[in-house]
Parts: sequence; structure tokens; C-alpha cells
Amino acid sequence: MDTSPTSPPASAAARWKSFGSRERENLRKSLRKYRWLYIMLIPPLAYFVVFQYVPLWNAQIAFKDFRPLLGVWGSPFTGFDHFITFFHSYYFSELISNTLIFSFLKLFVGIPLAVILALALYETMFLRFRTIVQTIAYLPHFLSWVIMFGVLLMLLSPGEGLINAVIKANGGRPIAFLTSPEWFRFVVVASDIWKETGWSTIIYLAALMAIDPTLYEAAAVDGASRFHRIWYISLPGILPVVAVITMLRLGHILNAGFNQIFILYSLPVYSVGDIIDTWVYRQGILEFQFSLATAVGLFKGVIGLILVVVSNRLARRIGGAGLY
Amino acid sequence: MRIRIKSWDDLVFQILVNGFLLTVLLVVTIPIWRVFIMSITPLAWAEGTSLGLWIPPGEWSNEAYKQLFNHPAFLQAATNSVIITVGGTAINLFLTVPLAYALSNENLPGRKFLVTFILIPFLFHAGLIPTYLVVQKLGLVDNLLAVMLPGAVSVYNTLVMKGFFEGLPEELKEAARLDGANEVQVLWHVILPLSKPILLTIGLFYAVSHWNEFFNPILYLNRADLQPLPVLLRNILLAANINEYLDYDAFARAPIAAFKAASVFITMLPMVIVYPWIQRYFTKGTLLGAVKE
Repeated sequence: MDTSPTSPPASAAARWKSFGSRERENLRKSLRKYRWLYIMLIPPLAYFVVFQYVPLWNAQIAFKDFRPLLGVWGSPFTGFDHFITFFHSYYFSELISNTLIFSFLKLFVGIPLAVILALALYETMFLRFRTIVQTIAYLPHFLSWVIMFGVLLMLLSPGEGLINAVIKANGGRPIAFLTSPEWFRFVVVASDIWKETGWSTIIYLAALMAIDPTLYEAAAVDGASRFHRIWYISLPGILPVVAVITMLRLGHILNAGFNQIFILYSLPVYSVGDIIDTWVYRQGILEFQFSLATAVGLFKGVIGLILVVVSNRLARRIGGAGLY
Repeated sequence: MRIRIKSWDDLVFQILVNGFLLTVLLVVTIPIWRVFIMSITPLAWAEGTSLGLWIPPGEWSNEAYKQLFNHPAFLQAATNSVIITVGGTAINLFLTVPLAYALSNENLPGRKFLVTFILIPFLFHAGLIPTYLVVQKLGLVDNLLAVMLPGAVSVYNTLVMKGFFEGLPEELKEAARLDGANEVQVLWHVILPLSKPILLTIGLFYAVSHWNEFFNPILYLNRADLQPLPVLLRNILLAANINEYLDYDAFARAPIAAFKAASVFITMLPMVIVYPWIQRYFTKGTLLGAVKE
């Protein structure tokens, strides 16, 4: 330290200077002390700059008429034209409603099913059987949607699908599930539930395991039936977790499952299957409408950000009140 | 918790519960079983005699698998998948581990800023096209790195790993530092040997997502010889005429459906084999703690 208490700096300017130098000295010291951590951070931070922040910079082409030769910065400014084009296009309401329909159906069918499955796993008296069901039910979560598409073809295709074989055996006519607009939404929601329900029981099962077992014992002594115990102890016990998960999923409501729809849909079902993300892909990559597609992506990003922030805050409030 | 049947009520309840679980078990396994059976169905097997859930022993054929394994396009795609999975996971860990370790140090000046810096892109996505432009500008189109780099750090996995590092006893690091070790040495010699479970879990999650990757390859790789297995599988499944993608031997004794089913099953198999290892870790609850974050 260069400032000793016996000789205080005379002027304010000198005091500021010495204060500044001490700060600088501290900073230099801590930079020295932590230099290895900062060096370690260079590659990951470089990744974030190149693949996360440069794209954020590139997103400005939503307000421009992007021409590859002029570059992101040099392309002519158009303001909100692309957004207005999108809001006035007849795709707008179709894309938004398809996206929301898929998300809400997956959410409101998927969560109750997962809770019921978690309850059944928790209540079964055969522990070995429980482990087997858990292992098998978690597995589809790790399969890609391309594999799922293959599995669905083996089940649903009019020629060799298992379900159509059952229909034909009963004298019915085969149904083209994947290409008929009446069935497509059902197939998307059902296959998502088939794939993800088992995996999503993990958190509910953990919440059930955390319930104080003396509550059940006390209820049993009081003569409560098994159903009563579920209704009055298990369900209220996991309700906060259910509420938190619902809130968190509502925050991602605009992500209706791009990979799934991208692989499953086809031209005949665009009217019921096309979501924001698939439309952005077709407009941007296949039709070279970079600016329009970016504008729609940006619109989705902004709404998504608001939803995530609000839903996280609500989830924390519910979780804070319920999980104490 | 052991449950004993003490009343009719209990009995009815257990029948309902286990009946439901059995239904779930069948609903999940039958479709996968069906794929397997179709893949070993011989051409001669009369259709319509059963629903196709059973092949009598001695009648099944491995012709479809033979065709697949002997095909250069399949071998090429499998090689690409292995490169993407191994290389991609290595890059993931090389970036995620130091990031998580540095951020787990509570005294690091600027830590708050750095956490915000990685959370902003996590919460606000620029979207598909702006990222595409970056990859294009870097000249990575038709390069396997285009599939490995753009999503190389998962913020979620980083936070899980950071949480794990924070839970390790501070004294260990302090002791190593007093012995004159720098932070890289502390991480390498003290922290990583203690972090095998989390490294395996996160590594496996990264590896699974690389193995399953099909959209980024479609987006960034135009050359057919660079495509990984899932993309080849998609092409095989979508092909009206399979010879568009593979020279299917017209004189083969396996039907096209068996060939498609075999491709699905082979792509699925590595996941099914690796899966018990993943399960061992996630059931321990390694990942549950982070869900609340």
C-alpha cells in the first residue's frame, strides 16, 4: 500500500488518485490471483460470443431487407415491414393457433397422465415390477424423433402398420393417420405422450417419495381407505410440484416440438400441423426469405422471453409458498 | 415401503394399480417389438395370417440386416454418426467443464456478470436464421463441425455441473492451492477425479443428443457422404423408391418393410445399450436438484 495513515493526501484530487490506484492495485491483484480461471473461461466465452451473441447481432436483419452481398450491416433498413407483413398474412392466425393447440394438448393431457403413472408406480406393492416399468417407460425419451417416425410408420402406415392391420382384420378400411388432417394432431399429441410421459414421472415420483410417511400411517390408523389417502395426502403433497412444472411448461408454450413436427408432417397436413418454427424453416432456408423468417423468429423470441420470465416468477412464488 | 393386503379395498386397489402399470408396459413395448419382428420377417412369410407380432422360430430371416450392414452408404453414415457423437461430446465437455468450474468459484470477480452473460442467450433465442448466417459465414457448411459447434454448450448442463462443483468441500481445493497448485491443476487433479458421476451423466446426455441429431445435419450438410445415421434413416423411411438412397438388391429375400424396420432398429440399438448406464445415474437424483433452479 502506498498510502500510509500518517501522511494523508493533501487535496481531494490526490485522495481520489490514491484511492483509484488502490482500487487498480486490488483489481490487478485479483486478476493475478484468478488468472487461471479467466484463461479457462476464454474458450467457452468465445463460444458464447460467436454462436450466441453474433446471432443476436445478426437478428437485426428482421428490420432490414437482407442481401447477402451487402451483409448484415449494409443491407437497407425497412423498419417493421416484415413484422407487418407477417401479422397481416393469413398464415399468422393459423401458425399461432396450431402452435398453441399442440402445446396445450400436450400439456393438459401429458401432465395428468404423468401424475397418474407416478401415483401407480408409487403405490404398487411389487417393487421389482415397479423398477421394470420405470426402466421401460423412461426409454423412449432417449430415442430421436426420426426413430419415432419409423416406429409410427410400423404402427400406422396403411400398408403394413399394426393398427391398420387390426382395423383391416375387423373389416374396416385402413386409415392414413399421418397424412390425413383429421388424424394428424391426434398422432402428434399421442406420440409425444408415448415418448415423454414415463420420463416426466421422475419429478412427481421424487415429490411423492418426499411426503412424510407418518402422514400415511396416521391416516391408516384413522381408517382412511387407499383412495382417500391418495386424494387427501398424496395429491395435495405433490400439488406444488405439479403447479411449478405447469408454469414452467407454460413459459415454453411457443415451442410446440419442432423436431417432432418437422419429421412427421407433410404437405397434406400443413393446415393443421404447421407451427411457427416449421414455417420459419421453410420461409428462411427453403425460400431464402431470410429477413421475413428472422422477423417471425424474433417475434417468437420476444413473446417467449416474456412468458418464460413471468412463468418463472410465478413458479417461484408457488414453489416458495407450497414447498416451504 | 412394504404393503400388505389387509382388506378387499386394498386388493381392488392393487389390481387397479398393477393393471394400469401392465397396460403402460405393453403400450410402450409392443410398438418396439413390432419393429423388431418386422425387421426379421422373411419375404416368404404370408401376410395377414397374424398381426405380425410373432414369427415362428426357424422362419425368421436376418436378410435385411445383412443388406444393411454390407451397404457402403450405411457404413458411411454410421461412421459419421460416431465422429459427430465422440467429437461433439469431447467439445461439449471441453467447454462446459471449465465454464462450470470457473463459475462455481464464489469469489471470482465478475462472476455475476458472467452468469448473466450466459443466461441472456439461454432466455432469448436469436432464432434459426441468424445462427445459420454465422455458420455459413464461418465456412462450416458441409463440415461436420457445423453439427458439433453451434450448440456446444448447454446452459442447463452447465448450471447442473456448477451446482455439483459447488457442493464439493472447499477445503480440498484450498489444500491443493496451498501446495502451490494453480486452478487448472486443482480442476484436473482434485475436482475431476471426484466428479466422475456428473461427468458421465452430462457426457452421456450430450452424447445421446448428438447421436439423435438430425435437424442440424439436414440444415448444414448438403453432401450425402457427410450425413449421419438419423438422416439416412429418414431418407430410407421417406423413400417411395428405396434405390434413391441405397441400391436395394431387388433379388433380396427381405421385403422393403423389413429393410426399413431393420434400419430403425439398428439406429435405436446403441441407445438401448447405453441407456442402463444413464439410468443408473439419473435415478440417483443427480439431476433432480437442478430442476428446481
